[in-house]
Amino acid sequence: MNALLKSRESILVGAILALLALIATRFAGFVAPANLAAVFNDTSPLIILALGQMVVILTRCIDLSVAANLALTGMMCAMLNVVYPDLPIIVILLLALALGAIMGAVNGLLVWKLDIPPIVVTLGTMTIYRGIIFLISHGKWVNAHEMSPAFTAFPRAALLGLPVLSWVAMAVIIVMAVVMARTTLGRSFYAVGGNPHAAVYTGINVGKAQFRAFVISGTLAGLAGYLWVARYAVAYVDIAGGFELDVVAACVIGGISIAGGIGTVGGAVLGALFLGVIKNALPVVDISPFWQLAISGAAIIIAVVFNARADRTKGRVILKSAEHAQ
Amino acid sequence: MTMVDHIKTRVIPDRLTTPAERILKSWEALLLLVAIGIFILNSFASPYFLNAWNLSDATFNFTEKAMIAFAMALLIIAGEIDLSVASIIALASTVMGLVMQAGFGTPVIVLAGLVTGLMCGVFNGVLVTRFNLPSIVVTIGTMSLFRGLSYIVLGDGAFRGYPSDFAWFGQGYAFWVISVEMVIFALLAVIYGVILHKTNFGRAVYAVGNNATAAMFSGIRVGRVKLTLFMLTGLMSGLAAVCLTSRLGSTRPSIASGMELEVVTMVVLGGVNILGGSGTIPGVVIAAFVMGLVTFGLGLLNVPGIVMSIFIGALLIGVIALPRLFAKLKGGK
Repeated sequence: MNALLKSRESILVGAILALLALIATRFAGFVAPANLAAVFNDTSPLIILALGQMVVILTRCIDLSVAANLALTGMMCAMLNVVYPDLPIIVILLLALALGAIMGAVNGLLVWKLDIPPIVVTLGTMTIYRGIIFLISHGKWVNAHEMSPAFTAFPRAALLGLPVLSWVAMAVIIVMAVVMARTTLGRSFYAVGGNPHAAVYTGINVGKAQFRAFVISGTLAGLAGYLWVARYAVAYVDIAGGFELDVVAACVIGGISIAGGIGTVGGAVLGALFLGVIKNALPVVDISPFWQLAISGAAIIIAVVFNARADRTKGRVILKSAEHAQ
Repeated sequence: MTMVDHIKTRVIPDRLTTPAERILKSWEALLLLVAIGIFILNSFASPYFLNAWNLSDATFNFTEKAMIAFAMALLIIAGEIDLSVASIIALASTVMGLVMQAGFGTPVIVLAGLVTGLMCGVFNGVLVTRFNLPSIVVTIGTMSLFRGLSYIVLGDGAFRGYPSDFAWFGQGYAFWVISVEMVIFALLAVIYGVILHKTNFGRAVYAVGNNATAAMFSGIRVGRVKLTLFMLTGLMSGLAAVCLTSRLGSTRPSIASGMELEVVTMVVLGGVNILGGSGTIPGVVIAAFVMGLVTFGLGLLNVPGIVMSIFIGALLIGVIALPRLFAKLKGGK
């Protein structure tokens, strides 16, 4: 019970509730259930990407190319829709997943096979993916009237009172929670990040696990790519520009240790929701949206300092008697 | 399999390579060849390339980035990284704009830019060294924070109307076609070359990057070395902000966005090991020229900026991937 109260997740829930209470004193309508559902829906892409990023960070890597991956997949889906308006949504969804997975696999292969530091790989692919959007679109926008009604309607369609976008996010949360806690795949990510040398001795291929993490992150970015473009009904070169920073911020705030091996699905989701609440509340409480970037930056820094303090008590001397015996 | 791979027999050569041989086989020599190759290619590709004034214009492509790249090279050799440099430029430029609006003249504006850069470096450095935090995360955070502060001040507006004598830094010429920025670049190249290769501090930088624990036990104040390097990187970003603001004549919060990528690419292209421990200043100088020539050449061929960024991204991955790929193919035989 005590451990539960002290856990990162409960602290975050407390922080989010305190934030909501603070906002409610300025504008009561914000905490109405309908509005909270809208905030969740608005935060859905961030949640989906944060869960992918979490897996990558768990294996001691980082993926800065997620936003560019999202934008490129989104643009390809939109352009495909313009050429073949009758293509069923399920085909586009599968294609988005596949495209995202391929881009993730490129990152993963470079990290796995050539041992290039992930930060370098994904900084590079980030600009390359963005550049490719310009090459294929010639810098033009794909606007709402060019997309088919079915294409744009999918993420907004209401199902049991919530938009499909929210349901997709919830499905991703559930799948990831099961994978991370109940499968050898999920546990291998923790093993690789927690202690790569020990992971090798238990028969886990560290590079391959990192490759798989990048593929998961890429696939989720691809999924979010279609949903993003369809939801906002527009695709252009700069969509989701700088969004990778929000994604990393959500993970860091959610207590995913950048040193690898520590982090939970719940933490990543709450970290994303924390940022989502702030982003949606700023205009409501009359603060210029230009504050958002600085606030998420400050939140990252406070969260890492906080994480470092929390991690410090974790060390445990397990061979104390042997030490004294000498 | 993987475990066996780690244990490699070390071949000890019969004879050490001569200094001349070492220089000829070095990364810097290879890079210089590439630079000359691109130069020749460019002069064939465009009739406008071989013109003193055009070439002088081309130097503006890299001088500001290279100023930061020198300090960043030292920082990366010491095993850290600073991704917030472009955001420091934005914040420093914004502070300079505020000082200008308060009615101060050029000396105070320049000083404000430099001090802001230095303070940002101190902020990064203290977080990394005092709290023992990974520099990647800290500087991803400050990357948002510094530019975010600039957005808070400016929103979608801009500062204009810098005093006319302020333009000297970014638009002035020292003599003939040699710009003021070019002179600053050359001076800094010499200063950083001496610091890294001829001083105790330079040796300490290598020691920290190769093995921070061993460095500590041999009496090097690791934290202080790293803090100094973060401060230098901040100061250089402040200086780059002075030059860039002076060249553009205005400040927007989006100024220099994405420049951190180009600076890191320049450093890595210059042969600095991204994992720390090795690298040279001459390598970074040549890399600056290579990148300047590539972007200028592509510009003459009317290639849009975003397509050039594909080249930069591919260059960054390619220069690290190719040697590893060759080593792998060689090892496979």
